[in-house]
Amino acid sequence: MSPVASTATAVDPPIRGSLAGNPQSRSQALLQDLMRGLRRLLRNPLTVVGVIIVAMLMLVALFAPWIATHDPLAQDLAGALRAPSEEHWFGTDEFGRDIFSRLVYGSRITLYIVALVTVVVGPIGLGVGVISGYFSGWVDTVFMRITDIFISFPSLVLALAFVAALGPGLDHAVIAIALTAWPPIARLARAETLTLRKADFVVVAQLQGASSMRIMLRHIVPLCLSSVVVRLTMNMATIILTAAGLGFLGLGAQAPLPEWGAMISDGRRYMLDNWWMVAAPGAAILLVSLAFNLLGDGLYDVLDPRSE
Amino acid sequence: MSALPQSPPSAPRRPSPGSRHLRLAGQRLFSVLLTLLGLLLLTFLIGRVMPLDPVLSIVGPDADRSTYQQVYHQLGLDRPIVVQFGYYLRDLLQGDFGNALLTGHPVTEDLARVLPATIELATLAIIVGTLLGVPLGVYAATRRGRLGDHAVRLISLMGHSTPIFWLGMMGLLVFYAWLGWAGGLGRVDFAYDGLVKPVTGLLLFDSALVGEWAVFGSALKHMMLPACILGLHSMAYISRMTRSFMLSQLSQEYILTARVKGLPERTVIWRHAFRNILVQLLTIVALAYGGLLEGAVLIETVFGWPGFGSYLTSSLLLGDMNAVMGSVLVVGTVFVALNLLSDALYQVFDPRTRQ
Repeated sequence: MSPVASTATAVDPPIRGSLAGNPQSRSQALLQDLMRGLRRLLRNPLTVVGVIIVAMLMLVALFAPWIATHDPLAQDLAGALRAPSEEHWFGTDEFGRDIFSRLVYGSRITLYIVALVTVVVGPIGLGVGVISGYFSGWVDTVFMRITDIFISFPSLVLALAFVAALGPGLDHAVIAIALTAWPPIARLARAETLTLRKADFVVVAQLQGASSMRIMLRHIVPLCLSSVVVRLTMNMATIILTAAGLGFLGLGAQAPLPEWGAMISDGRRYMLDNWWMVAAPGAAILLVSLAFNLLGDGLYDVLDPRSE
Repeated sequence: MSALPQSPPSAPRRPSPGSRHLRLAGQRLFSVLLTLLGLLLLTFLIGRVMPLDPVLSIVGPDADRSTYQQVYHQLGLDRPIVVQFGYYLRDLLQGDFGNALLTGHPVTEDLARVLPATIELATLAIIVGTLLGVPLGVYAATRRGRLGDHAVRLISLMGHSTPIFWLGMMGLLVFYAWLGWAGGLGRVDFAYDGLVKPVTGLLLFDSALVGEWAVFGSALKHMMLPACILGLHSMAYISRMTRSFMLSQLSQEYILTARVKGLPERTVIWRHAFRNILVQLLTIVALAYGGLLEGAVLIETVFGWPGFGSYLTSSLLLGDMNAVMGSVLVVGTVFVALNLLSDALYQVFDPRTRQ
């Protein structure tokens, strides 16, 4: 086998090392595909910015105790409502807590919400969508009706209604957001499945006597994954904003947790004289959700076949 | 187009476009009704998992056991859940959403009072969003892959990423507290409050109607800031969609033909391509309007805007389920209606859907 493939190189410059050339195994082909996608992804400068910010967010959350300059919960009433200074980079709040440290620890809450909602929503949406698309008929009708009902609400309002029923709190907010976030995923997975359902390789598998379960799990789900992942990434920004909105309304994470939305809400009364109490956490939310949006947007461009 | 297989034998071979539209509309209506029924079921179930005891909130903690039982029975809570859902449906169909705890008025009355304020705000916001979003999207499409495109993309992603309540607060801080350009909280300055008798409930309209221009000016001053901030979200959405619609037009052969003919680029873009996306844009704007309701919940809380969003959040914090479910139901219905409208606009205006 020649070390350099003929057709691929006409479009892309050759990849050095063992990844070059015709793939010799399925896993190698997958890896090549991934690398090619990654390089296209990182060609867009805005996407790179998104990747960097998300990576930084994860590092900050991971190493919060080392990065924070103060204890995020330690009160110091004598030093309350201080403007940003060398001692307190983003100032202090009404209890004298260091806002920078609270932001640093708050990144953990943000990531916790995003990760939990995504982990819950991904499989549910994928499951509902693939089953619905594969079996069609009445299963499809029932599932899609249910999905339609959830989609016909603005998600924040629906989340509000759920939190009202469950009672305020971080975990209830996660449940409420998850309940509102799965329908678009299900819609997408269904649409993907519909295009695959009659494909030759699926029919072959059926003729070979593979069970529906096996076909869905082994043949259809892997092909739906890329678009579902993109959608989940794009959803992350929405999740962050919804969680912050719930926190702002006092229905999300409860005091004294340093949740960013709740911090904005706390700062509201002191805003006129102490603008930093509101500005800092809001800027953090903006930055992080922008990063996820940039990342999702870049992924969408790479994986959307029409964009080539 | 040949005769549809479903048409009965007595019908003419070629169904008239009217009857086809009618049948499509019928199907659509059926599915909308089903969605609305589901919506009702959902709000009913949410109301049922509520940890608050509805009986206790009526009789109070001091009531004895027999009173409690009596109210329990009166509310129908001892019936099977399906029967309870039936009661719920019956009440709603009679327009009875129950009374709100906060005001003591029926929820329907409250909603009728607060909705115009939200509609007024959202309408101004969608105008702002459209006027900004459409040109930005067209510009980005003509600059595809270049700096201008990236800039518009960044602007629109910023619009998608900004926590709207935070932007509202910063806006108040800068434009109201520091610069004094914008009006503060509420719909008008305190001095003008209640000066104009509500006719439609839309303050700009009402005040202009009776010629109270001072009130009109104050109301406009109060409305501009929240409307612009609310409009940012729809601007982001509209500009993205405009860009992608324009791109799909610009790649078509009639555009190439127009360019080959030597038409100026301005004509190609606005007279040829843009005209063809108008219908799609119209449907997108209708959908964006629905999205504004969501932003309104937060922005109204920040600006003390006495609309639907403030009503919903204050009822939420009180645990007033009648008011919450009533509002949620109304939003859901408006959302469904806007979706339907968006579909209908497409059907009516796009010649390709007429056969």
